[in-house]
Order: sequence, then C-alpha cells, then structure tokens
Amino acid sequence: MEVVYITIGVSIIVAVFFFIAFIKSVKSGQYDDTYTPSVRMLFDDELVTTKKENKQLNNN
Amino acid sequence: MGKTSCYHCGLDCDKKAILFDEKSFCCNGCKTVYEILNTSELGCYYDFEKTPGTIPSEIQGKYNYLENETIVEKLLEFNDGDTSVVELYIPSIHCSSCIWVLENLSKLNNGVTTSMVNFTNKTLRVTFKNARTSLKEIVELSTSIGYEPYISLDDADAKTNKVDKTLIYQVAIAAFCFGNIMLLSFPEYFQVDGFWLEKYKYLFRYLMFSMSIPVVFYSAKNYFISAYKGLKHRILNIDVPIAIGISVLFIRSSIEIFLDIGSGFFDSLTGLVFFLLIGKFFQQKTYNFLSFERDYKSYFPIAVTKIIDAFEASIPVNDIVKGDRLLIRNEELIPVDGILINGNAAIDYSFVTGESVPVSKQSGDKLFAGGKQTAGAIEMEVVNTMSQSYLTQLWSNDVFSKTNEITIKNITDTISKYFTIAILTIALFAGIYWYVTDSSMAFNVITAVLIIACPCALALSAPFAIGNMLRIFGYNKFYLKNAETIEHISKVDTIIFDKTGTITSSDKTQINYEGENLIEEELRLVKTVLRASNHPLSRSLYRFISEEPFEEKPTHFEEILGKGIQAAVNDNYIKLGSSSFLEVNSNTTNETSIYIKINNQLKGCFRFKNSYRSGLDSVFSELSRQYKLIILSGDNDGEKSYLEKILPTNIEFYFNQKPEDKLQFIKELQSKGNKVMMVGDGLNDAGALAQSTIGIAISEDVNVFSPACDAILDAKLFHKFPEFLMLSKQTIGVIKASFIVSFCYNIIGMYFALTGQLTPVVAAILMPLSSISIVVFVTILTNWISKKL
Repeated sequence: MEVVYITIGVSIIVAVFFFIAFIKSVKSGQYDDTYTPSVRMLFDDELVTTKKENKQLNNN
Repeated sequence: MGKTSCYHCGLDCDKKAILFDEKSFCCNGCKTVYEILNTSELGCYYDFEKTPGTIPSEIQGKYNYLENETIVEKLLEFNDGDTSVVELYIPSIHCSSCIWVLENLSKLNNGVTTSMVNFTNKTLRVTFKNARTSLKEIVELSTSIGYEPYISLDDADAKTNKVDKTLIYQVAIAAFCFGNIMLLSFPEYFQVDGFWLEKYKYLFRYLMFSMSIPVVFYSAKNYFISAYKGLKHRILNIDVPIAIGISVLFIRSSIEIFLDIGSGFFDSLTGLVFFLLIGKFFQQKTYNFLSFERDYKSYFPIAVTKIIDAFEASIPVNDIVKGDRLLIRNEELIPVDGILINGNAAIDYSFVTGESVPVSKQSGDKLFAGGKQTAGAIEMEVVNTMSQSYLTQLWSNDVFSKTNEITIKNITDTISKYFTIAILTIALFAGIYWYVTDSSMAFNVITAVLIIACPCALALSAPFAIGNMLRIFGYNKFYLKNAETIEHISKVDTIIFDKTGTITSSDKTQINYEGENLIEEELRLVKTVLRASNHPLSRSLYRFISEEPFEEKPTHFEEILGKGIQAAVNDNYIKLGSSSFLEVNSNTTNETSIYIKINNQLKGCFRFKNSYRSGLDSVFSELSRQYKLIILSGDNDGEKSYLEKILPTNIEFYFNQKPEDKLQFIKELQSKGNKVMMVGDGLNDAGALAQSTIGIAISEDVNVFSPACDAILDAKLFHKFPEFLMLSKQTIGVIKASFIVSFCYNIIGMYFALTGQLTPVVAAILMPLSSISIVVFVTILTNWISKKL
C-alpha cells in the first residue's frame, strides 16, 4: 500500500498545478471582462477576410 | 412626404434628407460615417445591426486642447515616445456593433495598432504609434463615427483604478484547501478498521494540517484584523466570535493531531472560512459602469480655450486666472464664474439645477460655472478661479472630506454583541461544571462550545439577503453603492426631495399657450418662422406645434441674439421672442416664455414649464403615510400653490435654498435625531446628498450623469420608488427571520457541545448543513418578497 504515497502525491501536485493556473489567469485579467470576448469571437470570421484583402492591396 | 428614416442612425429625416448612394441620411454626419465605413470596406456594419450610431455633435475645434502636451501626457496611460496607450470612457457603447466598429479603428486610422473594448466598463483602450497619429486624431475619429469619448477633469488626476483581487485569491485558496481536506478526512470518518488506516492516518493528518495553514493565516486574516479593530473601539462585532471560533478550531485540531488524540476539525475549519468568504464575495456587487464617487471634476472639462490677443490657445482649467478671456463653444461647459462679453448665450444649467430650459443671457450678465452653452460660441471674462467659483466652493465643505467610517452599526453587529457575551458565559459555566464533574473533559467542552457557537450561519444571512437584494434592485435599475445602503434605507424616517429635475422631468418640457386663441393659419405662420431658427427654445416650440408649416421661406428674416426673431411670411409680419423684445409688460419674470405678435398685434405667449414626473402624486401619497416628506428647492415659490394642490397636505415646502442651505438644513434635521434621505439630481444637491444618511440620485441617463451618492435610481422608475423603500425594510425582516433559524442550529449544536459529544463528524455535518440551508432560506425569501417588482 506504499502506492498511497505516490497517488496522493500525484493528486496533490495535479491539484496545485490547476490552482496555480487559476490564480495566474485571475492575475492576468482574464476574468475582468466576461462579456466583450463573447461578442468579439463572433466577428472573427469577418476579420480574417478583410485582412486578406489588405494584404492583397499591399502586394499590389 | 413620407417618413424616411436615416440609413445610419435611424432617426426620422423630417426636413431634408440627404441622398447618397441611393440611401437617405438625416445629416451630413451620418453620411460621412457611411462614407468612411464604406470606403474602408466595413460596409457589413449595417448588416449586423440596423441604425448603429448616434449623431455626432459638432466637433470642429472641440478637441484642440488635445494638442497641448501637458494635457495629453496626463491622459495617456503609457507613453515611451514611440507607442502610446490611452483608455477612453465612451458612454455611447451600447451594442455589439459598437464593439465591432471600435475594435476596427486600426482600419480607419493606420496609426492605431490595437483597440480593445471593455463592454461592461464602456471603455476603449487604444494603442497607437506617435509618429503616425495623435490622441487628438483618434478622439476626433471616434467622435465622428458617433462614439464621443467623455474626457473630464477627473481623468487628469492620478489614476488608481486597480481592482482589488485579494478576496478572489482568498476564496480560491479556501476552496482548494477545503475540497482537499474533505477528501483526506473521509477515511477516518468512516472508521474502516483497517491496518492501513492506522499506518497512513499520520500522513493524512499532517497534510490536512499543512493545508489549513494558508486558510487560517491568509484567507481568514481579515476576520482577525476586523475583530482586533472592533475590540480596540470596544465594539463586539460579528467578527469577534468568528475569529474566536477559527482560532479555537485551529488550536484544538493542531493539539489533537500532535498529541495523537484525534483527527481534528480541519474540514469544518476550512469549510467555515470558505462559506464566510463566499458570503463576502456575494455581497460585493459592483456596477462597473457606474460611479458613486463623482464630484464636479467628473463634469468639468479638462481644458478650455483662452483668447490671448485675438489668438486662441488651449489651457488646462486649473491654470485659469481672474481676468482671462475664454471662448466657450457650442455644447461646452462653463468651468468658472464669469461675465459674458459677447455672443448669444443660452445656458443650460441642467447639470447644476436640473432645469432643462436654457437661460438666455445678455452681454454683461454673470455666468455661473457648471452651465452648458447651447447656442453658438460665446466669449466670457473670468471673475473667479475654479476653486473659488460659486458651485465648486461647495466641495470645500467638510462633508466631502470625511472618510467613509461606518456611522450606523449594522444589524449583524448589533446582535453579535449579545451573542458573543452569551457564548462566552455558556462556555465559562460549562467549563466550570465539567471541571467539577470530570476535569479531563473541561478543555474539550469549552472548545466545543466555542467551535459550535461560531456564528457561521448568522454571519451568512445578512450578506446573502442583502447581496441578493442588491442584484434584484440592480436588475430593476435601482443601483446601490454597497450592502450597507439597504440597511440605512430601512432606517430612514424623513425624505427630502429636490424639485427641479427630481420630481420634475428634465427631458420633457411642458409648453402652455396663454392668450388669444390662434387659428390654424397663424400657427402655421409661427412654425414657418421657427423652422429657420436654431435656438433651443425655437426648436422645442417647433416640435410642439403640430400644424404643418408653409412651403414658402420666410422673408426679411432676422434673429436678434438673446431676444427673438422677426420675419415676414405671405405678407404677414411676425415677431416672436422675449417680453422685452416685443415691448410687452410681463408679470412673471422667472418663467421662460415666447411672446407672439402677428402683424403688430399681440396674440399671447407660450410658457415653458417642466412637467412633473408621472405617478408623482401616488408616490407622495404612499410615502407620506410612513415618512415625513419635505420639498427643498433652489427655485422660487412660483409653483408652490400648484404643488400643494396635487400633493398630500402634510408636506413641508422650502424654496430659494442655496446648495449650502440644503446641506445645513439636513445637518439640523440630523442633529434632532432624524435619519434623513435626500433625493436629488443636480450638482447643487451634491452637498445635501453627501450630508444625508442616504443620498439617492435620480438620473435620466445612468451612464452619464449623477453626483456622488449612495444610490442611483433610473428616472423612468420613479413611480416604483415607494416599493424599493418597502422592499429594503422587508429585507431587514428576512435577515431577522434567518437569525432565528440560525439560533435554532446553534441550540442543536450546543446540545452536542455541552454533553461532550461533539466529534469531528458531527461538526462536519452540522456546519455546512446550517450554512447552506440559511443561504437557501434567505435567497428564496428575498426572491419571493421582490416578486411584485
């Protein structure tokens, strides 16, 4: 049953990893604005096409 | 002519529509935006949302002050000489296409590297290259596409808008440790008589111990600090028994595992802290897009145009000195007191008094700070510097410098005083009893009493009840500054109303006609003349007259600034304007009116009056049953008789009250022991709002304007005001009911504690159960009482 040491150790390491990830995401401001990104995402397709056009213009 | 709506902004193109690209626009502004969007191939803007923008106001020269280096430096968040970052507050952000257009600024101006919208805060963060563009260009661009940034004197002051995230970290740590400790404590709860449990329980126990350390010393630290502060001021607040509970739990659990007596109460300890912090977190409802701390600086411009030897220069408002000549453009705010030199002054004092009808001024008249010029550019000479101006002097009063110390003890703290004394006494007597009968149990029982009495459920009921109510109120457009506000509202006994702008509506003006009846043709004549005038009064009278104007243009049209208009239409000679212009003896000097003469014969006059808000009489009659009501107005008593007629009889009226008088009046009432609520709107109420126990600002547009206050009520919901007050009172009732429930839990727990049966399992079940059931109880009750809103 010495495996208990390993399993608990691993589980705590995994938990701590996610905990640190959460704290980091809060610190970097990921939760400051929860609305705008949801809208921004909808315009992404459109942005790609116009960017391509811009590139073509630059090449000409 | 059928009604066509503008392709860009959706307003009616009632006069002359501009046709462009086979689409009609109401103004050149909208056409320009369409052009910009179309040439930059952002045309699909119109596919997403019909009528995306609002009409930009005249911007020519308005942002010239952004050429001034020192001002720009104050506004920029970051500048390394090459790249700059600026955050602009744009109140007109309201829909998804706003985000889309603003985030595509880089296509409209190649100097912009990135632009990012924060929708909830209504801000736009722009990063741009200094070599290719300037702040002025960006601001003008965003204004021209309908998103005018709001730049005020407040922005120039040092920014400290860092959000405190400590509570989030504290909750996260408590949640993490609570979850893990609970898992680790399960094996011992189930008491499997296995050989392996005996062997590994030390590992489990020390892991639990080490995980509880950050919870006690980081997550729960505010309870210890608050309890210490309370004791120092000789107040037994709710945090005292909580701090005792947490420390006793921690100490006893540590002793148990180190002396190998038992597994300790680590799961209850971390669970307790977690639930308490969740309550705190829930109570913290903030409205990012609102500000409750505004003073005059939020409304005043950052810079003003000074005329030096016929040249115009932008100077910061703080640098204005007595004797300066200032140029105030259309729609600009007058920052200081002064004398009008020349120009057509029609000053809108609605920011200050709530009065929406512009006041006309002649050259030589005194202009007070805070008014907004509405009819072209004027020139004025400065009489007082900014800090000495009539309006801004109000802020030198002590009320504005006092720190936010809680003056009224909150409901939880009132009860916790008796609670703390009671549990300490019980613990003492139980300790003595057990010391006599079985001395080995004494320590056990004393700590058990202190643990079980830890008022977790008690401390949770108020935050959840109030936090939930804050959300319900916010949903109904009654925005409260913080949790204490609800308790304060429930204690109020006197309500003071400002008149203009508060109980009258500032966006609807009532126009009454007095005099000889006008036939249809005469009304059409008047309207034809009004069509040519841009004066705000002419515009609102033009809208008021429902008859169609004649097709012909008026001839001999002459508009005399600040006086009136004369013109001829179809051989009729028409004269409109003030009483002095028409040489009429007027008996009422304080009312705004337009007199009418047709073919040199006086017909009558149109009087402009603010209309009272709908539901005013029912609001007052409902409130007068429970509260003492007072109307405190800065105006003259011209409408006293009318108000007395429509309102209940037991209302006191005070007129001609200056801003300082209002403040003083409330101070006197408070010294008599009254809890005063002030309901106001303009900057002239700011002192009274700050002095009163609760200051509520009524606002037509919550995003743009409200003086510093404790709560903001959307003006459209004025008729619901009594219900909001009633609900605040009922919320306190809900909290009291939940106190009784949590006492029941304490009594049950006390039975286990006093008989020495409090095992970790009992605590682990009882504590979360009581906390969760209290939360459910208050949430259901508060939702139920607010159903009728």
